[in-house]
Amino acid sequence: MKISKYSGLLIALMLLAVPLAAQSNYLYSILIVIGLYTLLVHGLGILMGYAGQVSFGHAAFFGLGGYTAAILTTKFAWTPLPALLASVLLPGIVAAVIGRQTLKLRELYLALATLGFGILVHIIFNEGGELTGGPSGISGIPHLAIGGFTFNNDRDFYILVWVLLVILMTGIKNLIHSRTGRALCAIRESEYAAENAGIDCALLKLQAFIFSALLAGLAGGLYAFYVTFISPSPFSFHASVQFVLMAVIGGLGTFWGPLLGSMVVVALSEVLREVVPLIIPNAGGEYQIIIYGVILVVLMIYQPGGLSGIKRYFRRNPNNIINSSSE
Amino acid sequence: MLEIKNLDVFHSYIHALKDLSFTVKEGELVAVLGANGAGKSTLLGTIAGLYRPAKGEIIYRDEDISKCSAERIVRKGISLIPENREIFGTLSVRDNLLLGAFHRYRKDKTTIQKDLKEILEIFPALKGREKDLAGSLSGGLQQMLAIGRGLMTNPRLLLLDEPSIGLAPLVVKEIMSILVRLKASGVTIILVEQNTQSALKVADSALIIERGRIAHMGNSSEVIADSSIREAYLGRVCL
Repeated sequence: MKISKYSGLLIALMLLAVPLAAQSNYLYSILIVIGLYTLLVHGLGILMGYAGQVSFGHAAFFGLGGYTAAILTTKFAWTPLPALLASVLLPGIVAAVIGRQTLKLRELYLALATLGFGILVHIIFNEGGELTGGPSGISGIPHLAIGGFTFNNDRDFYILVWVLLVILMTGIKNLIHSRTGRALCAIRESEYAAENAGIDCALLKLQAFIFSALLAGLAGGLYAFYVTFISPSPFSFHASVQFVLMAVIGGLGTFWGPLLGSMVVVALSEVLREVVPLIIPNAGGEYQIIIYGVILVVLMIYQPGGLSGIKRYFRRNPNNIINSSSE
Repeated sequence: MLEIKNLDVFHSYIHALKDLSFTVKEGELVAVLGANGAGKSTLLGTIAGLYRPAKGEIIYRDEDISKCSAERIVRKGISLIPENREIFGTLSVRDNLLLGAFHRYRKDKTTIQKDLKEILEIFPALKGREKDLAGSLSGGLQQMLAIGRGLMTNPRLLLLDEPSIGLAPLVVKEIMSILVRLKASGVTIILVEQNTQSALKVADSALIIERGRIAHMGNSSEVIADSSIREAYLGRVCL
């Protein structure tokens, strides 16, 4: 079976159409979460999969976006749209400031620095007093409203998130096939050689870091307007690890990887929550975590390049199998 | 074109280059020879901006570039082809070549495609393999690709670090003849080589480095003719 170049579009249309036909709020909410995580993981994918830089601090940018939207609308009476724009910009500015120093570090050291940043921001969310609401968080965030239209139900928010996602994915597709995309891949391959080719590695890495923070901020802002309540718990170190997991499971340096990774990680937890108690009666949450872990380990053993590599099984030409590993 | 003045370079506590001074004229092909660890690659890396000298100046076209970053030096017209080629293995041959022109994309967009064609004319073995992954090429083709990527930067000064390493004699011969053609087209070349025989055949002058210092500098024909130099620094060279 040959996968046509329009398969991506077909999959996207199906994803958009099926829930609309099903009219299930539960399905909408799952797909909204997947959409928001995909936005974030796409940014992380550019940083990790293309520029080759590891970040364990993206939950912090996600949280900064969410808290910016929450604080500006509830404490400073901003309207939702400017607050959403600010929730995109602030993480980008923070990334520009910390990225200048942290991106000089490499590999594990960079991972540790971003991890430290993530923990620090999480502490600020918890200890922010009146401003952040402390561990109790901030409630009463208004629904997102654009030009008189309020996104106050799951269906409308689902359409908004996925339309935004499709637009951004189109932009990302263009980016990764542009000269900037090639240069990012070159940095991932060898910074030394990239500099020799005249690429300003420091600047490009910083731009990739800022871009990923902007997308995380956008996801965070939308999350705050969707849930209308925010607390520090979804922005912990655990969330950062989960985002990296989504990027890796989907396939680093691949276009469809972030979407596949987000879908699998979110859907797997939901499915296990329903299925495990049916197989093991009275099973606690720990059984779900064990089975979740085993599935992910098996997945990584048999599909180390991530789920995006699975399409090679549908190709007849053995040469394509070799080529697909590099996609 | 290039003047090195009293250059001192350290690799942590190792004094790799000691008070090195020499000049390279426009259009010249200079062979840098010497034993392993003499400091040849460090010299090229320092000119290319990969290592910061502790002392001394690197004057390129009347400007001291000793404090410039590697990327800025490429923009000034100096390109280094490193020892282990450092091609981008998971990218296509075409993408590798286009990355060489990264810094001049906005200014020179129209000429880049023309240059790409020219590079494929210089290296016909790469023709028809533009879409292949660079990592799937043979050693010789990878070396040609590395030189091609270097040429795509539009250099006036090309620094080559052991281009013959690990290659079959016929491929080495082909690469050396390409260097002669490049020199004839006006590119100045500094060639670091262990293969002294091949290097001296194509070079105008030779620089022999021993433990970070210049042991001898002169015309390549002079080096070939002087048996004492050959025996002292180059081992057995049959020309």
